[in-house]
Amino acid sequence: MAIIRWMLVGFTLLLVTGLVQGAAIEVREFDDPVLEKRYDSLTASMRCPTCQNQAINDSDAPVSGDMRDRVYLLLQEGRSDIEIRDHMVQRFGDYILYNPRLEGRTYLLWGLPAVLVVAGGILVMLLVRARRNASVRALDDDERRRLESLINRGNGQ
Amino acid sequence: MTRRLLLMLPLLGFLLLMLFLYLGLGLNPFHRESRLVAEARAFPAFELTTLEDPERRVDESLIPGEVTLVNVWGEWCPECKREMPQLLDLADRGVRLVGINWKDTRDKARGFLEEFGDPFEVNIFDPEGELAFELGVYGAPESFLVDRDGIIRYHHTGYISPSDLREHILPEVQKWQ
Repeated sequence: MAIIRWMLVGFTLLLVTGLVQGAAIEVREFDDPVLEKRYDSLTASMRCPTCQNQAINDSDAPVSGDMRDRVYLLLQEGRSDIEIRDHMVQRFGDYILYNPRLEGRTYLLWGLPAVLVVAGGILVMLLVRARRNASVRALDDDERRRLESLINRGNGQ
Repeated sequence: MTRRLLLMLPLLGFLLLMLFLYLGLGLNPFHRESRLVAEARAFPAFELTTLEDPERRVDESLIPGEVTLVNVWGEWCPECKREMPQLLDLADRGVRLVGINWKDTRDKARGFLEEFGDPFEVNIFDPEGELAFELGVYGAPESFLVDRDGIIRYHHTGYISPSDLREHILPEVQKWQ
């Protein structure tokens, strides 16, 4: 009986802490639904600088709260998405972008998958072609003679 | 024989990729380069009061003049207490320290300095975290070394241990003096 009571207490505690955590991320009012969509996508695309892997719209770290406030403020000021991302990168670095920007030092990162797919395609094509050529080529005179002698030797025994 | 070796190429590539990813896993994401230092940015503009005197307004002109360690701290931050002996040591060596009291109340912050010592020439009172946001601070304590021209030269995130002081902070102070 006591065990069940403790389990109930534990379960209730879990529920309550869950609720508190949910409440830590504020709900914002937007007059313009487009602005709200942009807010959602911006806060989902930025990584919380102090958490291991959480977007700022999903983290209750104080710095994430400050960053959400700033995104909201800049949106109200009419800044573009690019300006808002730059504003954050200026302060917190490239680390906060889930999608690194395309620039000199990220060419390899963005380009490597495409290069690998193309290289793999070329390799498969070469292999297939080599195999096809090998299978259709007829035997030349030397090879035919050698084949015959081998067959005859087998028959002789 | 060369054909055999050629067939091993994909395996070799795979192993290289695994090695690369394995090394990546071992990196500490908190040891990342600071944007402000990489761009040799000037200390950001601000206008706030000091912790010591609510009437005294200070701005970014407070910082330049000599090599200064700007330390972001708060009474609520346990790591800040642990680094106070190192900061006091630094002040004893004649390094100028300016504090940013971050998201704190004046009463609590003054209590903290009374209890753990005050190595700071002055403390900038930043209850809303506006200056800290400009500096890209994401957790206290953080420290910035600013040279005499007001350029940010070194950024230390987290607690300054005695060995951090010897191996990183003091050489950086000397470098920019």
